[in-house]
Formats: sequence, structure tokens, C-alpha cells
Amino acid sequence: MTMSDNPRRSLAARSFHAFGRMNVSRAFRSVVGKIAGGFIILLVLIAVFAPWIAPFDFAAQNLANNNAPPAWPHLLGTDEFGRDVLSRVIYGARTSLSVSATAIALSVSVGMTLGAAAGYFGGMFERAVMTVVDLTWSFPDILIALIFVAILGPGLTSTMFAIAIAYLAQFTRLTRAQIVRLKRETFIEATINLGAKPSHILLRHLMPNAIAPVIVVGMLAIGDGIVLEATLGFFGLGAQPPTPSWGAMMSSGTAQLFLSPWVIIFPGIVVAVTVIAVNLFGDELIRALDIRDRLREA
Amino acid sequence: MTMLNVRDLGVAFGGVQPLSGVSFAVERGETLGIVGESGSGKSLTAMSVMGLLPLSGGRITSGSVEFDGQDLTKLSEKAYRNLRGGRIGLITQNPMTSLDPLQKIGPQVDAVAVLHLAMTPAQARVRTIDILGTLRIPDPALICDRYPHQMSGGMKQRIVIAMALAADPDLLIADEPTTALDVTVQAQIIRLLDDLVKERELALILITHDMSVVAQTCDKVLVMYAGRAVEHGSVGAIFDAPQHPYTQALIGCIPRGLSAGEQLTCISGTVPSVMNYPKGCPFHPRCTRAHDICAVTPPEFAISAAGAVACHFPGDAP
Amino acid sequence: MLLRYTFHRLLMLIPVSISISIVIFMIVHLLPGDPIDNLIRIGSSPEDRARLVTKYGLDRSLISQYFLWITSMLRGDFGDAIVLRRPVADLIAQNLPYSLTLGGLAFLFSSIFGMILGTISAMTRNRLVEGFVRGFILLGSTVPGFWLALLLILFFSVQLGWFPVSGARGWESLVLPVATIGFGGIALVARVTRVALLDAQREDFVTLLHAKGLSRGTILCRHLFPHALLPVVTILALRIGWILGGAVTVEFVFGRPGLGSLLIRALGQRDYPVVQGSLLMLALAVMLGTLIGDVAQAAMDPRIREGKS
Repeated sequence: MTMSDNPRRSLAARSFHAFGRMNVSRAFRSVVGKIAGGFIILLVLIAVFAPWIAPFDFAAQNLANNNAPPAWPHLLGTDEFGRDVLSRVIYGARTSLSVSATAIALSVSVGMTLGAAAGYFGGMFERAVMTVVDLTWSFPDILIALIFVAILGPGLTSTMFAIAIAYLAQFTRLTRAQIVRLKRETFIEATINLGAKPSHILLRHLMPNAIAPVIVVGMLAIGDGIVLEATLGFFGLGAQPPTPSWGAMMSSGTAQLFLSPWVIIFPGIVVAVTVIAVNLFGDELIRALDIRDRLREA
Repeated sequence: MTMLNVRDLGVAFGGVQPLSGVSFAVERGETLGIVGESGSGKSLTAMSVMGLLPLSGGRITSGSVEFDGQDLTKLSEKAYRNLRGGRIGLITQNPMTSLDPLQKIGPQVDAVAVLHLAMTPAQARVRTIDILGTLRIPDPALICDRYPHQMSGGMKQRIVIAMALAADPDLLIADEPTTALDVTVQAQIIRLLDDLVKERELALILITHDMSVVAQTCDKVLVMYAGRAVEHGSVGAIFDAPQHPYTQALIGCIPRGLSAGEQLTCISGTVPSVMNYPKGCPFHPRCTRAHDICAVTPPEFAISAAGAVACHFPGDAP
Repeated sequence: MLLRYTFHRLLMLIPVSISISIVIFMIVHLLPGDPIDNLIRIGSSPEDRARLVTKYGLDRSLISQYFLWITSMLRGDFGDAIVLRRPVADLIAQNLPYSLTLGGLAFLFSSIFGMILGTISAMTRNRLVEGFVRGFILLGSTVPGFWLALLLILFFSVQLGWFPVSGARGWESLVLPVATIGFGGIALVARVTRVALLDAQREDFVTLLHAKGLSRGTILCRHLFPHALLPVVTILALRIGWILGGAVTVEFVFGRPGLGSLLIRALGQRDYPVVQGSLLMLALAVMLGTLIGDVAQAAMDPRIREGKS
């Protein structure tokens, strides 16, 4: 009997499917949702198709034409090496998005597993996990990132791990809170009484219900991750040249702050607008999926 | 003497009209019970009398609320505030959440006397301890220094009652005061209220969904259904000879002298949601006596000495 | 009781501090290569190397190294900076006051103005004001700190010449850094205050407060605020770390002395004694801040004091 045949599908299966289909599209109904969501999709497309969209090679230097203000053909000007700012911003999107998204994906997977296990099995294990998590919870993401950069050295990989660890606490706490809440539901009690194994209960019933808030928070975390990556890049501890990163561009541009401020302004605008779009869309998503109260607990 | 006279009260929240055509009166020393199922508009009526509708976005659209001769619907907010907690006291439903958890008990009750009786905090405290004692709360002086979470539900409800009484009100409105309490505590609280009414010559409006409580303590009854008043009369008349089909059904539902194996009577259908009140008489979809006119015209609810019914075909139960 | 709660919290801090110190301690040992190379200058004489090996106990087991490290620190010896060739403790002592000033001011600024803004936003019926505040909150929470700092420098220092571009002389050089951190801080506090007040208004006991005849003003000040303050203090306690993090960035951008810029420069220079020392101090600051926040919370909510919450 497949799930679609069975008219009395479990709450878990129903909400899981619901999340996948209808409800997400509801986030696009409002004007804000359309604009913010549209921008995000546009950004992802730009990142994916960067090589075809960027007018210039991001590493192509042209010292004769450095620090040029925005004009044709360099629509956003050039940096101190004569590289086209627009192309670097476009390629920077690739770096920032991929690093942040990968980091968060990693963080979510580990965080959800830890949180679910902690919440489900409880006892000493839960306390141990939550103590460690709470430890990192009060630390600013930048500090945690710096600790990891200290250990792993500067570079994109350490940036990625730094971002992943910095937000791990969030997902662990959130998942645990969901699991603990769901554990108390009668339908779980019933499933246990029917003799289901813990793995079955976790995978089939608890996780699908817990997923929605985590996905949304994950999205918001990608936004934070982008800022974190830019900050680390700005400190010179992130992507190393010539890899274009929004943060690193602004870092090297500081020296030229007075001469060519556009090297700093444009990447910054892109970062800011991206994060704003992510946050606005995240809010719409929260409203569409109606999970505001679930997020309060964590 | 008539303390409260409500005539044809109508309340709206945005585009929805949860209350209409509500009329009743309460005299000094008298207890009026307002009964009805959840969602019939009992609490809204209480809030309307207190003038607290704007808190949740509602407003009075029609009718009058006359308290001691004064029409409250025309009152300024400042004047209303003087009455609230002063001459009109409110006892809310859920004692567990009715008290400010961050403040000690003492100051919360003192505040009423300080505000309405122009007392100093010290004088108010003396009065508070006195009232708490009357309500049979042990060690009132000690209790004043405690926090709400340190008390049981029954105690908290007595404290809420103390707050309502502190300024010597003429009218007390108790909105389901015992619903959230244990059965044993319920009886105590009801008896307490009863004694208070007799001792202080208060007018009491007791809102409840428990018919047995009404039978024990009330002098008059107002039956509500779907935001409308459907029957009003003395408790004896209502219980012995109800005229409205809904009241008859309610009374018929009370299990009395049933033997094992007999079916419980119930009213078919469900209470309509406030978005979907039926046209005409709201009870007509579930009424055994409904005729065509019932689906079209809402019946009049006129109060007379004998009582009032809102029905096109009132009469004794068949 | 409050004292017992504080004591209890302090006790809990000990294992946390130990764990963090272990992590920081391990930095030097997790890096590739011989740990000694991370602690001394390149091209040091063999005698110097030998001396430092004994000093840091690198010829002994990890555990005894750790204890040596801890005990030296308790005595005030944080090792020697590689690049600047001065005791790390000196560097920290020199930079700490600047960080404290900046952090403290930013915290006060954010808290006070954030609460004011949040209250206005929650209590006003004016849609325009509310929208403006919401927009401000959104910007404050998302704009990257260092970029804002650069913009402010560009506009106020370069174009208008009102404030110095960098450095730490006099109160003028504090304005822009505090404003930068404050922008995000105000946004955070305002958001939490607003939500807290809106939530508090919906609580059951508020109905009864109105029923008692209390005025809106009294209800706001004497009842809603204490309730709203709770989540605000909670968030502030948790996010003290955040404000410190903002300080780290801001110090760097504005070229101010402080633990943050010390740390970042040291990371770039691979000066690990400094890295460890400053990381440890920052971590301790965060934990202390969190502790104060916890105790403040308990002081305000009797339910937490008795462990009921």
C-alpha cells in the first residue's frame, strides 16, 4: 500500500508532502515574497551561469586602466589591478553562495542528527550534547570562525568549516526542541506502543515534522554565512587571491577608499541586498508554513 | 433597584457580528446566571459591560448598557476606568494566568484600593489583609509577600475575587470562575460568591456553562445561543417550564434518574461558528419546531415581568 | 535565592571555561608542523629554541603542557609575542581598556536606544512609524558590520570630515565605531523589545489589569515593561558575545587598538601566543557577560530564582 493509496496517511507523511508542495509556494504570494524570492532565484542563476554572464575574466588585470570609475564597458568600474568589478562581483556570487550553502548544508545535517538523537534519547547523552551546544551558542559567530581559522589557517575550506561550526548550535537546538515537543504527542506514544523501532520513529514520524523550521532557519543561516564569509574575506582570512570573494574585494579596496570607493560600495550593496532578500523571504516562508511558534522555543 | 440594564446589545469585530439582540437586567442582591455553550457570546457580553472590547479589536454597534442609570456606551474612557475595578468588578476565567507572575500578591490587590479608594499603600494593605481573611485565605499577611506561582488554583481565584471586591463594587461579573478548578474547589468558590452577594447586597452576573451551578445559586437566568439571547426568566420558570426549544433541549440533556442502558439525550447538529450564523433564528437548523419563518426573520426578544423568549413558536415542551 | 543561583551559575562556568581553554590550547598543537615553530620567530638560535621548549614544556606530555600553560597564565605569564617580542600579557593589558570602552559604550547605546525604539514601535498606532522602525530593524540585522563601517567612514570622515578616519584619540574617534556596532545592536534590542511587548500585551493577566481600572501608562510601565525586559535581558545576555564580535570587526576597520584588532592581526601574522592569549580573553569576556545576563534575569524573574521558570 503506497502512501498515496492510503487515505489515512500519517500526520508525518502528510506534512512532509505538504511542505514539499503547496505551502512553499504560498510564500511567493505576497509582493515582498515575490520580490525577495525572485531576487534570490536570480542570484542563484547568476552564480550558476557566471562564466556566460560575466563580461570579463575576473582575474584579467589591466594596470593601465586601474581604479577606473563606473563607465562603459566596465559598468561597475575597475579595482586597483584594473580588473572588472562587475565580473568579480558576479563570480564572487559563486564563491559566496557555494561556500555558505555547502557550509550550512553540512551544519544542518550534523546539527539535525545530533539534535534529533539528543532529543529522542534524552538522559546523559542529551545533557552532554546540549552543554557543548550551549557553550557555543553564546559565542558570536565571528569568534568561533576565528578560532577555526586559527587552527586551519586562512582559505576557503577553513571558511566553510568555520561557518558550519558557527551555526551548528542553532540547528542542534532547534531540532532537539522539535523532537522533544513531538515526542510528547500522543501519536508518537501510540507508534511506540505498536512496537516501532527508534530508527523508524525518528525517520518516518519525527524528522519530517521537525524539518520545516530547520529548513527555514537554514536558509536564514545561509544569509548570515554570506556575511560571515565576507567578513572573514575582509580580514584577509578567507578566500585567497585570485579567487573573487565579495569580502576580499572590499578588503583590498579599503586602501583605495578615497580614490575608488566603488570597489567597496558595490560588493557591499550586493551582500546587503542578498542578506535582506534572504531575511525577507525567510519571513514570508515562516508565515506561509505557519511555524512562528515552533521557532520561539529554540 | 436595577443595577444593570442591558438593552439590545450588538457587538462587532471587523466585519463579523458575534453578538446581537442581547437584553437582560440585574438587581441589587440578585444573581443572574448567563448560560450557553462555548462560543455563544457569554464572555463577550461580560467584556462589553466592562468596556474592554477595544482590547481585542471589538466595538459596540447597537444597544445600551445602563449601569445605575448611566449609559456606559456613551462614557469617556477616563470615566469608564473609574468604574472598572471600582463599582464594577470582574472575575476572570483562568486563575492560573490571571495574575501578574512578576509581582507579589499584596501589591496586586493593594493597587485597587489605592486607585479607587484613594488610600495610601499602607492603608490599602490593611484592607487587603482584611478582605483576604473574609475570603477564608489562611495567613493573609504572609500571602501578600508571596508570588502567584506559589499558590494553588483555588487560592489564586480567591485572590482574583479579592481584587474584584477591594473597592466595594456594586456589580460583580464572574466569567466562568470555576471552570478551571477542581470540582471540590468549585463548590467552595460558588458558595463564597453566594455568601458575598447576600452579605454585601451585590448584583452578581455569573457566567457559566454548568446548569447545576445555575440551579443552585442564581435567581434569574439568561440563556444565550450563537451570540443571541434566547430566553430570560427566573430560575424556577426556566427549569420547570422552559419556553425556548434550545432551553428545553439543554434542560433535557441533564442526565436525571437514568437507568443503565438508556441513551443520553443530546441536541443534534453543532453550534454554528461566528462566521456562519444562520439567517433568521440561529437555532432553526437544529430545532424540532422550526417553520419557514424561522429561517428568515430573527425572533424578537422582549423582556416582560414574566420573562422573555426569542422564538416564533415558544411554548412548553411537547 | 539570588545568591545561591549566582553561585550555582559560577560553578557551571568552570567546566565551560576549562573546555574552552582546552580548545584554545590545542590550536598550537593542531597546526601542522612542530609546535615550537609556531611559538618562536623563524631563524631563532638553537639556544632560544631550547629555552622556549623548556619554558612551554614542549618536551613533556600534552596534559602537563596544558597545566603548565594554565598555571603560567594564572601567574600572569601568557607567553611572548613572536612579532612584537613582548610579553603577551603586556599586549593584552594595553589593548584591553580600549576594547572595554568600545564594548561598554556600544552595549549601553544599543540597549537604551534599542529599547526606546522597540517600545515606540510596539505601542504606536501610527503605521508609518511602525514601518520605519521595522525597516530599520531589518537593515540593522542584515547589513554587514564592516561594510557599514566603511560607508560611515566614507561619508562622515572623508566627505564631511566630521570624525577621524581611524585611531583612538579622544571621544570623536569613538562616535563612528560605536555607531557601527550600535546600528546592529539597536536593531537587535528593538526587535526583541517590540516582540516582547506585543507578546506581553496578549497575556491573560493584562485583561484583569484593565478590568481593575489601571491606565494604559501604568499598565505599560509597571506591568508590561518588567515582562518585556525579561526576554530583552535574555537576548542581551546571549548576544553580549555578538556585540563583542561586532567590536572585533569594528576595531579592525577603524584601526583602533583593542583585543579584536590584536587578534586579527596576530592571525594574519601567525603569531600564535598572541592569538591564544587574546582568544582566551575574548572568550572569558563572553562568558562573564553571559553570567551577568543570567544573574540579571534571575533577579528580575522570581520563577527562575527558584528553578521553576
